[in-house]
Amino acid sequence: MTSRHWEWVFWIAAIAIPLLFPSKLLLINEIAILALFALSLDLLLGYAGIVSLGHAAFFGVGAYAAGLLAKHGLTEPVSGLLLASAAAAVIGFLSSFLVLRGSDLTRLMVTMGVALMLLEVANRFDTITGGADGLQGVTMGPLLGLFRFDLYGRTACAYSLTTLLVLFLVARRIVRSPFGLSLRAIKGNRLRATAVGVPADARLVTVYTIAAAYAGAAGALLAQTTQFVSLDVLDFHRSADVLLVLVLGGSGYLYGGLIGAAIFKLMQDGLAAWTPQYWQFWIGLVLVLIVMIGRERLSAGARRIWARLARQHAGEQPS
Amino acid sequence: MRRRAVLGAIGSVALALASGGAFAQDTVKVGLILPMTGPFASTGRQIEAAVKLYMAQHGTTVAGKKIELIVKDDTGVADVTKRLAQELVVNDKVAFLAGFGLTPLALATAPIATEAKVPQIIMAAGTSIITERSPFIVRTSFTLPQNTLPIADWAAKNGLKKVVTLVTDFGPGLDAEKTFEELFTKAGGTVPEKLRVPLRNPDFAPFLQRAADAKPDALFVFVPSGAGSAVMKQFAERGLDKAGIKLIGTGDVTDDDILNDMGDVALGAITSHHYSTAHNSPENKAFVEAFRKAAGGMRPNFMAVGGWDGMHLIYQALTKTAGKTDGEALVAAMKGMAWTSPRGPISIDPATREIVQNVYVRKVERVDGQLFNVEFATFEAVKDPAKAAK
Repeated sequence: MTSRHWEWVFWIAAIAIPLLFPSKLLLINEIAILALFALSLDLLLGYAGIVSLGHAAFFGVGAYAAGLLAKHGLTEPVSGLLLASAAAAVIGFLSSFLVLRGSDLTRLMVTMGVALMLLEVANRFDTITGGADGLQGVTMGPLLGLFRFDLYGRTACAYSLTTLLVLFLVARRIVRSPFGLSLRAIKGNRLRATAVGVPADARLVTVYTIAAAYAGAAGALLAQTTQFVSLDVLDFHRSADVLLVLVLGGSGYLYGGLIGAAIFKLMQDGLAAWTPQYWQFWIGLVLVLIVMIGRERLSAGARRIWARLARQHAGEQPS
Repeated sequence: MRRRAVLGAIGSVALALASGGAFAQDTVKVGLILPMTGPFASTGRQIEAAVKLYMAQHGTTVAGKKIELIVKDDTGVADVTKRLAQELVVNDKVAFLAGFGLTPLALATAPIATEAKVPQIIMAAGTSIITERSPFIVRTSFTLPQNTLPIADWAAKNGLKKVVTLVTDFGPGLDAEKTFEELFTKAGGTVPEKLRVPLRNPDFAPFLQRAADAKPDALFVFVPSGAGSAVMKQFAERGLDKAGIKLIGTGDVTDDDILNDMGDVALGAITSHHYSTAHNSPENKAFVEAFRKAAGGMRPNFMAVGGWDGMHLIYQALTKTAGKTDGEALVAAMKGMAWTSPRGPISIDPATREIVQNVYVRKVERVDGQLFNVEFATFEAVKDPAKAAK
């Protein structure tokens, strides 16, 4: 099968799974949101080579923007999503100039700093954001004026998955465009890229802004589908989790974030149900094992097994 | 061909999961959502142990129904709490949602309780407004205004003139700050500084320094369960104890779970609270002994007693409805219910679904070589003053 076939299988599965597991819609909704968030970080890390420990900043801006819009009258989800995403893009654009400077280590610190500052701002202005108690009284109108957000998460799940698919297709277009290729050139060697005429700074600002808009959309989806926003959306652990997701799934090929998000959430959900007290230990163990064995070797192993199965299958039933 | 095989495999897994989800009609499920990991894990540990102890002592059959407990860890994050509550209602068809370690977690779940008509039993969170957020919320823990009233009264009557407040910056902390300031200034005292510490990763040192600079007679403290030892340690490090500043507060700061490890700096701290491990009653002696045996020597604290009474409320409500799990009937059954808890006599206010209980003023003393909150005055049947004022 070619990679094009794989993509079809992946997305057919993504649409089929919610239909097959109607009791897991809320979890699937969370996976889709985390996947979109990871996709956003992959654009930065995997394509432009910008490391970030503060990506939750844009997730949080999107979540608060969507929550506040809904609370103050704009309860239509899609326009709320677009506006929240735009708000995150503005913050992303402004902070991108800080990220242009310095090496990876400085970038880690700067991105983290921006997220921490926003967290403190949200905490301080508790008359607007609700502070540590969370933003109360967010009620969303029905999606497209037809589907209300139900207790089972049907609307939420369909909404998040559709948004993920649309934004994924846009991202796929972006990374395959000349713009995307120039990003890879910058990631490979910034000096040489500049020498062949790639305006490195402008490109990085653009991709940072796009990534912020994506993260903002993910945050907005969370706020709209849970109809609640708390300070936690800006918390450091969100930035760290999304980095973990990319470590699990691999960066630089767009699907890494999606696969990583599914593995991370399923593992968390399964382990937490099995041992509510000690599940974090097992997550830690799995991460250490993945790093030690190496994801490449794991996926190569999986490919070999798949290939063998496929050969056997083909041998039995020549088709 | 291959694709069909894959889809077939997915389908059979789905069927297996779906059939596993079937359940018998004569079980009543209780969804217990608690922070079992993260900074507030001690709250989850205490409540889970108390709930399991209650079930071990009182059996798992009530009014002919079998009680099944489902424990979930929300890590203290509100959107996770909400999602877990939603899943418990939709997939597990729980008849009760219980637990809720912190105010934001309880508030996030309130709309679920209302929409699904499932009673939400608050076993820990203490902000006054929580019970007003859904007609299905019933509380067995406490409210901060309720616990603050006696210490404000005690402070005013015992010669304290100038008190600085230090609270954690979220719902319950603001409740405590507001109640204390109102009552204490009405009684003639002054509150020169009101300090608020963030909920996550608090560092008390700079705040304690500011408190020391104001040279008050006493420092009033509220922090969530589990954070008290850090306050005590830095209180001593900054020399506030040597400067003659008294430590007063709600009993959360001298939490029984960790009090004994705080050391001598805690001695003499005056707090008011609804529960102390050292509460002198036969019910409490039996409770403490059984809890210690069941939980590996751990002392039960006010979280444990909230969980214990929450479970009692669930059992009694089911008995009263003869096993019917209609949410409105269950809440109606809970209203006005009264019983003797390990903490003393308590009841559920039929008007507000809020707990009415004795609040005790206590002093940290060394008893048989261990630190305890020893009660010396009682305010009987205190209703939540924040609601009484409305």
